[in-house]
Amino acid sequence: MNIFDILGPVMVGPSSSHTAGAVHIGHVTRKLLRSRPVEAEIGLCGSFAATGKGHGTDKALVAGLLGMQPDDMRIPESFKIAAHEGLDFQIKNIEIRDAHPNTALLKVTGEDGRVLEVQASSLGGGRIMLNKLDGIVVNCTGECPTLIVHNHDTPGHVAEVTSMLAKESINIATLQLHREKRGGLAVMVIEIDQTVPDSFIKWLEKQEGIVKVTYIDREEA
Amino acid sequence: MAYQSLEEINQFCVEKSVPFWKAVLLGDMEENGISEEESVHTMKGMWDAMLRASDDYDTNLTSNSGLVGGMGGQMESYRKKGDTLCGNFVSKVIAQALQMGESNACMKRIVAAPTAGACGVIPAVLVPLFREKRNIEQEILHSLYVTAGIGEVIASRAFIAGASGGCQAEIGSASAMAAGALVYLKGGDNNQITDAAAMALSNLMGLVCDPVAGLVEVPCVKRNVVGAVNALSAADMALAGITSRIPPDQVIDAMREVGETMNDSLRETGKGGLANTPRAKEISENI
Repeated sequence: MNIFDILGPVMVGPSSSHTAGAVHIGHVTRKLLRSRPVEAEIGLCGSFAATGKGHGTDKALVAGLLGMQPDDMRIPESFKIAAHEGLDFQIKNIEIRDAHPNTALLKVTGEDGRVLEVQASSLGGGRIMLNKLDGIVVNCTGECPTLIVHNHDTPGHVAEVTSMLAKESINIATLQLHREKRGGLAVMVIEIDQTVPDSFIKWLEKQEGIVKVTYIDREEA
Repeated sequence: MAYQSLEEINQFCVEKSVPFWKAVLLGDMEENGISEEESVHTMKGMWDAMLRASDDYDTNLTSNSGLVGGMGGQMESYRKKGDTLCGNFVSKVIAQALQMGESNACMKRIVAAPTAGACGVIPAVLVPLFREKRNIEQEILHSLYVTAGIGEVIASRAFIAGASGGCQAEIGSASAMAAGALVYLKGGDNNQITDAAAMALSNLMGLVCDPVAGLVEVPCVKRNVVGAVNALSAADMALAGITSRIPPDQVIDAMREVGETMNDSLRETGKGGLANTPRAKEISENI
């Protein structure tokens, strides 16, 4: 346990789960998109829907998409800033079966045309869990560098990615594999100890059978 | 090394002949692999953020719901008339607690200590002390390590979230942390520090988390006042030589047991207690 999780973090109020956690979700979504978001459909679920407005959860999610951190004083003004920076967004209440009480579903489009759907929940104390990316379970926190690779469910992709990581002297902490159906779309969620260079991601994106690569860099505390 | 009990911290202090705050600092350095300078730098960042949050209070702000705002200013005006029941210093503490709680509700920048809902308790007792004396920054930073050590033990043996253990886990923990800091600042010994924390926590045991409309506003802002004033009285009792009859770690364990037995409606769901009153339901519908 870190004593600065007890005394801290410095954050914009009023709630570590509904405000700080929501900023975090938006921020990680922007990083995953690897492009400036220009369109966002934001769905609030459970307690986020019930008490989100009073906690500024809506403003916090937009602030995160704009690249703000939980201690950014501009969070309450995020709607205005979004208009100024050309982020078009809609917010509505939704229901997701069996989701954590504090869950948001974000469908975002980047300025380069990239599209991403992120389902994430706020666990308390500002900590979050990424539940799904583009509808596929990932269940990772984004607290350490994480590489998420969407690929066709054909042989060899795991070996290809992991051996390349080994060549770069990057150590794998955890590795999860999921797929929607046999021969369909699969996803690797790889939590690593070091950071991945941009060139690695660019190389990976060009490989046959790789549909999409997303990467979360180490979060600045 | 993360401490699992207050007893463990006190023992470490005896074995290594270090003060309470130093034991917590050494623990942080070891746990996170950082230098003393790095840890103290981060702690100073927390303290500076508390002072800035205090300076930035705006009595004209109201929360989005309209439920809180301006109370910190009202209390301050009343104090300045010079005829309060609590006296000048305690009235400053009350005003500071209200101000910090209101700033949090109005989406200003605060330091979660240990949570955003309880962010007013620790600065409420430390900021007025600092403003009266000024040249005690180093002691204040040390006292913040005392709060962190107490909070760390409470978080590991019990909980610090209202959703887990009710308001006793948030305001109660903050109050215990503040009480320990106050004893340190007034020159009390390690046993007095942990006894003050135990008495503060005991005296708020059972406090439920019943936020109206689920918002961190009513009764949360005013509960920061009770946490701060309770910390002052627990610290004074400890400094007077009064002890906690139940050992501090056992008080924390009892708080956990009480929190676990607490009905779900009283743990930050906005369903029970004050949140379940007719007036609260009206408020809820109109937001």
